[in-house]
Amino acid sequence: MLFKYTLKTAYNGLQTNRSRSALTILGIVIGITAIILIMSLGQGAQNLILGQIQVMGSKTIAIHPGRQPKGPTDFAQMFMDSLKEKDVEELKKKINVPNLETIMPLVYGSETGTYKGDTYKLTIFGASEWLAPMFDIYPSDGEFITPEDIKNKSDVVVIGSKVKDELFGNSNTVGEKIKIKNRSFKVVGVLPKKRQVSFMNFDEVAIVPYSTAQQYIFGIKHYHEIVVEADSENNMPRMAEDITATLRASHDISDPLKDDFYLQTQQDLANRISTVTDILTMFLVAVAAISLIVGGIGIMNIMLVSVTERTREIGLRKAIGATEKDVLRQFLLEAVILTSVGGVIGIGLGAVFSFIASIILSKGLGLDWGFSFPFFAALLGLFVASSVGLIFGLYPARQAAKKSPMETLRYE
Amino acid sequence: MLIEVSNLKKTYFKEGVDTQALRGVSFEINEGEFVAIMGPSGSGKSTLLQILGFLDKHINGTYKFDGKTIDDYSPEEIAHIRNKKMGFVFQAFNLLRRTSVLENVKLPLLYSSREESTWDPLTREAIQQVGLSHRIDHEPFQLSGGEQQRVAIARALVNNLQVIFADEPTGNLDSKSGQIIMGVLNQLNDHGHTIILITHETNVAEHARRIIRIKDGMIESDTVVKNRKNHFEK
Repeated sequence: MLFKYTLKTAYNGLQTNRSRSALTILGIVIGITAIILIMSLGQGAQNLILGQIQVMGSKTIAIHPGRQPKGPTDFAQMFMDSLKEKDVEELKKKINVPNLETIMPLVYGSETGTYKGDTYKLTIFGASEWLAPMFDIYPSDGEFITPEDIKNKSDVVVIGSKVKDELFGNSNTVGEKIKIKNRSFKVVGVLPKKRQVSFMNFDEVAIVPYSTAQQYIFGIKHYHEIVVEADSENNMPRMAEDITATLRASHDISDPLKDDFYLQTQQDLANRISTVTDILTMFLVAVAAISLIVGGIGIMNIMLVSVTERTREIGLRKAIGATEKDVLRQFLLEAVILTSVGGVIGIGLGAVFSFIASIILSKGLGLDWGFSFPFFAALLGLFVASSVGLIFGLYPARQAAKKSPMETLRYE
Repeated sequence: MLIEVSNLKKTYFKEGVDTQALRGVSFEINEGEFVAIMGPSGSGKSTLLQILGFLDKHINGTYKFDGKTIDDYSPEEIAHIRNKKMGFVFQAFNLLRRTSVLENVKLPLLYSSREESTWDPLTREAIQQVGLSHRIDHEPFQLSGGEQQRVAIARALVNNLQVIFADEPTGNLDSKSGQIIMGVLNQLNDHGHTIILITHETNVAEHARRIIRIKDGMIESDTVVKNRKNHFEK
């Protein structure tokens, strides 16, 4: 029998039992919808996180003190004070790191800020003028800290919008002084409302020159992090090598296993986060896939009922010349059509639901969440759905194929 | 010789009880014959038809169709024979519901190797032969019992089959519809089709040219009908 007629026959078979067919595929629809939804949301979450990371640019390397954590139980607490001013001086030398464009030491921590009796817990960021272009945070009012402020260890501060709201309300801010650790800092700039950028809430920060923060706020000689930028993305690997060599020389380290610092590019971080979100997504998809198995069993059950009910039809077909193969194909195709239709509906519903979710997440929760429809997931969903039909339709179809045409005469 | 049956036996095993449906039946049927196999219910005539139609292969004795036994054919060949050479007309019509007369009659062609372009003309011709051209787009539930049986006959002859097995074709019909059906079968026989008819009614059997009477699984008589019923009789 020609395939198109097998297809037509199978389609007609389903048409005669429309409401049952619709109910049968419900399990598949739900399963595929869940898979598409999960994969779409997983993709969205990943994009969101990666978007945050990539704000910092692909030309930057973060140098951290200590060892790179080797696993979840490795706390990497050793050598936390290993990055010093000397290191920055060494890295700045063109001979050591020729591709270095910019370098910025960072110190950070939490301190209470006070203004006229009002207090607020500040996220202190000891940085340089380079922080502004790096995170695209320019004051909407006043100006940013300058290289002179760093050299002079000036008591100046740039505050986030929330800090301004909490401490100053609507009153004039620039030029006022807030107290941090009993020292008066002159507010030179206020940042516009930013929300989250690269996991940091710049609305709650107080940015001061790193030299000031080191000496007067935290009382330390080391840095918490050094951020460097390369002249071009292509030179990133070379710069990483140069930095490693320079710091090893500066710290007198010959055994790489004893490194008291580690480098992290945005790519490293992105990769690591992608791995985690991928695993999470796959795990959730696996859970959703269970519903497909349940749906498949439902299909098998209904197909078996259908085969029994249609004994007479099957017998007739065989009596007029259908081979076992013809009957097998017909019923197998019915199952595959059922599940594929379920798959298509599921993909559609999944897309609709994830679109709604993206609207809720972006408009309702204010996240920078873009709707992404995973085409791969759609293809996978369709493939899985039709496979479910093929697998769970096989047994009923074989039952049908084995029926004797004799039963046509008998079965009432 | 189209059909050769010799010493055919068939025993059913049901719930521990053996039922001998056929106890050694022998006869031959040539091409072009119109044979009625007659007997009361339980005589084994339906069993015989199933065996003749290759619907039942578990038998003792030999049955040759076209010179070969069922074991000489592969399952595919048997399907092919049913498609090309044997047609079935059942007491219960067995039409596909929610399917038009045209599609019902066309069904055997779908399983045949005939050119697709010939399907429609062949189907229409078969429908015309049973006089249902005006019902071509109707569905079975819109037809009377007699018309449904004529659709079944059209389906049986659409592939220009050698033999038509009719199992109590008038069993579910009133006598007038029954007459029409017998008329159609007679016509087909006139056109060279071999007809093998199963019935328990004498007046139906007398449309045939030859009657094989079966009782208790054995042949009681095998006679040529002298006063054939004229199907134009009302």
